Parts: sequence; structure tokens; C-alpha cells
Amino acid sequence: MSIILDKVNYVYGAGTAYEAQALKNVSLKIEDGEFIGLIGHTGSGKSTLIQHLNGLIRAASGGIYYNGEDIYDRDYDMRGLRSKVGLVFQYPEHQLFETTIFEDVCFGPLNQGLSKKEAGVRAFEALNCVGIPEELYYQSPFDLSGGQKRRVAIAGVLAMKPEVLILDEPTAGLDPGGRDEILDQIAKMHREQGITVLLVSHCMEDIAKYVGRIIVMNQGEVLFDGAPEKVFEHYRELEAIGLGAPSVTNFLHGLLERGLPVNARAITVEAAKHEILEMIAERKRR
Amino acid sequence: MGIIKARKLVHEYIRRDEEGNVEAIQTALDQVDLDVEQGEFIAILGHNGSGKSTLAKHINAILELEEGSLWVDGYDVSDDTNIWNVRQSAGMVFQNPDNQIIASVVEEDVGFGPENIGVPTDEIWQRVENSLRSVGMLKYRAHSPNKLSGGQKQRVAIAGVLAMQPKCIVLDEPTAMLDPNGRKEVLKAVHELNREKGVTILLITHYMEEVTGADRVYVMDRGRVVMQGTPREVFSKVEELKKLRLDVPQITLLAHELRQEGLAIPQGVLTQEELTEAIEQICRSF
Repeated sequence: MSIILDKVNYVYGAGTAYEAQALKNVSLKIEDGEFIGLIGHTGSGKSTLIQHLNGLIRAASGGIYYNGEDIYDRDYDMRGLRSKVGLVFQYPEHQLFETTIFEDVCFGPLNQGLSKKEAGVRAFEALNCVGIPEELYYQSPFDLSGGQKRRVAIAGVLAMKPEVLILDEPTAGLDPGGRDEILDQIAKMHREQGITVLLVSHCMEDIAKYVGRIIVMNQGEVLFDGAPEKVFEHYRELEAIGLGAPSVTNFLHGLLERGLPVNARAITVEAAKHEILEMIAERKRR
Repeated sequence: MGIIKARKLVHEYIRRDEEGNVEAIQTALDQVDLDVEQGEFIAILGHNGSGKSTLAKHINAILELEEGSLWVDGYDVSDDTNIWNVRQSAGMVFQNPDNQIIASVVEEDVGFGPENIGVPTDEIWQRVENSLRSVGMLKYRAHSPNKLSGGQKQRVAIAGVLAMQPKCIVLDEPTAMLDPNGRKEVLKAVHELNREKGVTILLITHYMEEVTGADRVYVMDRGRVVMQGTPREVFSKVEELKKLRLDVPQITLLAHELRQEGLAIPQGVLTQEELTEAIEQICRSF
């Protein structure tokens, strides 16, 4: 299974004074079971890109293939695609609307044509997965805390059993505790259920901690695509486009510039600690 | 007396059923004391639902004082006749820039406040110009706000508050919806206002990195102030902060972990420079 984008172009407001090319010749392959971080400053084309992946936006030119099938084929099941590729928008809790949490999560599966019973099972699994305790199921979603609401909204997408889960800044506005809970749960689902995850985030530290591959967007184009350690080696270029590397990586590069022979590839606190201890041990030995 | 003084502030949110019977009481502020001097830069940390925003809304008299006492710029907030003076002394900036901008041209938006309180036209323009210059947005004065980036919009919102010439500005998670660039722009503007114009700042945030430049930090949990001190004092308590669903900046965390490994690194390191220096010193000692 995979998603392939072949020279995808998209233009907003074509033919008007506000014409802007949001995607320029984007070619990508997303393999089954990957955990990908998508980064780029506001207006770089991230959101436009993810809306192409489940057919919400149609490319002006180029092709998109889901599991080898052209999604722009006239008889392609676009509705089916939208349940396979689940998209969690920014601030998804704004889309909660039902009277109870349980009903809200059932809405997606019921819409897919499942029976009430099947939908209920799905909702139960999804809520369990995001760590919402059973005693809350029949409360109004509007009485929950921000982090809980966010998790219920994510459960609403999970209940549709997507093969690919796309999350647009799922932790914006949450406290560090809530942020870790949500990201840990997503990582767990990725690990245990093999679900493909595409995480859009402005926080390089989160990206560094969780993903196996980073795609950097800039002005509608893919600027870098690769393993996190590789991509963050370009920390200067990333800074120039308003992004940058995790702060520990910047710090290690600073040590290197001051003449301390440290390996600056580390992108997490744990790895940076290891590199610094290594360097100090090496110095002691001499 | 300082610009803000609170004694034993209590605020409860009461939920009632259709007949008006009390269903649940949530104590959002519980005996809060706060003392802020004119010109200070104060950061307020706390997880979602810890009472930060409720506190902020009291300082601007958006919420009515229920229990305890609060003085803003010498005005007793419990006295209704003081409300307009309180609001003019303490301006407020919220999380979502789109909810705070009302006019279709930047300079008209900034001029809205002073016009409302009957400032003479010449002076309004003077204030608009000065405010926009202070936040680095003067060249956008004739632009339409909806074509600006998030960081730019937020700076226009700050200029709008500034045009009221407040002594104090309360910012409730002003960077939560911004990308790293926008976050930097807003932080820089706020620090400049504090340094150059002596405006007192109360910054509520979830980003630990934004706190390091503050004079003092208050940490809230379940409506109470549970920690206060300089950023260095507060961030030396790594374990306690984690228990409160908070974090420390990555550099501080790295320094803390290295210290636990037995390296001679001082407590509460805040910046890359400090940690670089500490590590250089260790390396020199061999």
C-alpha cells in the first residue's frame, strides 16, 4: 500500500488578481506504515497538500495514486478514499456537535453505512484508544477540558478505521502534559496497528521525538525529504525559511563551532546527552 | 502599591440545570495572591484549566469580582464606577487574532479604541502611528488585516491595545496559533514594549521557551499559585513542573540530565550560552 503524488500542481484563485500557486510539481511517495512529519511555515502549502491526499482538493495538474489506483479516475470511489484517509483538521474540537461524546464518535461510522451496533463497537474502540474513560461517554462533549475535547474529536476520525491518519497540528494550544498524551497515543497506534501517520507540526522538538521521516515544504515545493537527523543537518537553511532545528541540535552545533569535537547529529535531549557524555569521556581518556 | 495587587481572589464557575439548581461547582481561582510592580515582565504558566485565563479576565474586569480583593493601577476593581479606568489601565490580547480584528483597514482597527473613548482626531492618528511603529507594523497601515500572516495580525491586535495607552498588557496565549516565525515576531514586540516603553507585561503561555526572558514566573495549578520566582528558580524544579503537566525548556532539561550524570553544571540553566560555558569549563579542567 502506498500513496504516490506525481507532479501535483495547485493554484488558488486561478485567473483572478489573487492567483497564487500553492503547490508546484510536488512528487512524493508515502509508504504503508510510515510515521511522517510535515513541516513548513504558514503559507508553505502543507494544508493544501494534505487536503489533496483524501481528495478534498483536486489537483490542477498531475496525478495521485492510492494503492496504485488513480484517484482522479472517473469511476474511482472517492467516498471510500475519505474513510481510508482520515483527516483531523486544526482545532478539531470545533467540529464536535452531538449531545453526548459517544454519539459524536458514532457519527462517522454511521455515515459510512454501518449498523448502530457496529458503529457503537467502533466508537468504543476509538474512545478507548485515545484514553477517554467510560464514565464520560454519555456526557456532553462541551463539558470536557480542551485536551479531552481534542481527543474525542480524534476518536471521531479513528472510529472510521482509516488506513492513513493525517493530523494538522493536533497539539496546538494544549499544555505540555496534554501534548505528550496525544502524541504518545498516536505513536502507540502507529506501532501497534501499523497505521500510517502524517503529522503536521510547528514544533521541531515533537517532530524529532516521534517521526521516522520529515518532509519540509517551502513556497509550494518539497525542500527536504528524509530521515530527521539528515533533514536537521540543514539547520541553517531551515532557519532561513522560519523553521530551524530542535534547540538541542542548535546547541550541539554551537559547541562544534566553539571547537568542541561533539557529534552534532543528535536531535533529542536523550541523544544529545549521550553525545556530550561521549565527548567528555573521550577528552578524559587523552 | 504595585500596578496589580490581588488578595485571596476566588472565582467559581457554577453550572445549573434547567430549573436553576446547582449541578456542579468548579473552583477556577482559589485564594490567589498576586503582586506586580509597574514595568515588570511576568509570565504565568499552568496546564489547561489551571485558572490562568480566569485570572487574566479579572485583571481586565471582564469577569466580576466575587470574593477577595483586586486593585489595578490603584483602582479597586470591585467598585463598578472604576471599570472603565481599570480597562484603560490594563489592556488585553487574546489567543486568536481573527477574533480581535474588526476593521477592514489596519489603521482603522488600531484607531477604534481611542475613537471609542473620544480622543480628538489628531491625537488618534498620532497614537495609531506610534502604536503601529512600536510593533513594527507601520508599513502595513493601509493594508487589509485579512491578508496578513498570523504573527502580523497578532501584532496589529497588540497595537490596538497599545493605542489605548495602557500601563499594563495582559496577553493570554498570544502565540498559541502562530508558526515559529510569528511567535518570534510577537515575543520580540512584547519585550520591546516592556523594555523601551516600560509597559508592564503579563504573559500567559504554554511555551516554556517564552518564559526564560521574564522577570518573574507564577505557576498555577487547580486555581492556586503553586510556585513563583525567577525563571531560573522555577526551572530548577524539573520534576515538580512535570508533575504539574508542564515542561522545562529543552536546554534546561539537557543541563538537568547532564547534572544528574554527575557533571558540574549549575542548576536552572536557561540559555544555550550558559550551558556552552559550563561544558567548556568542564572540558578545560582535564
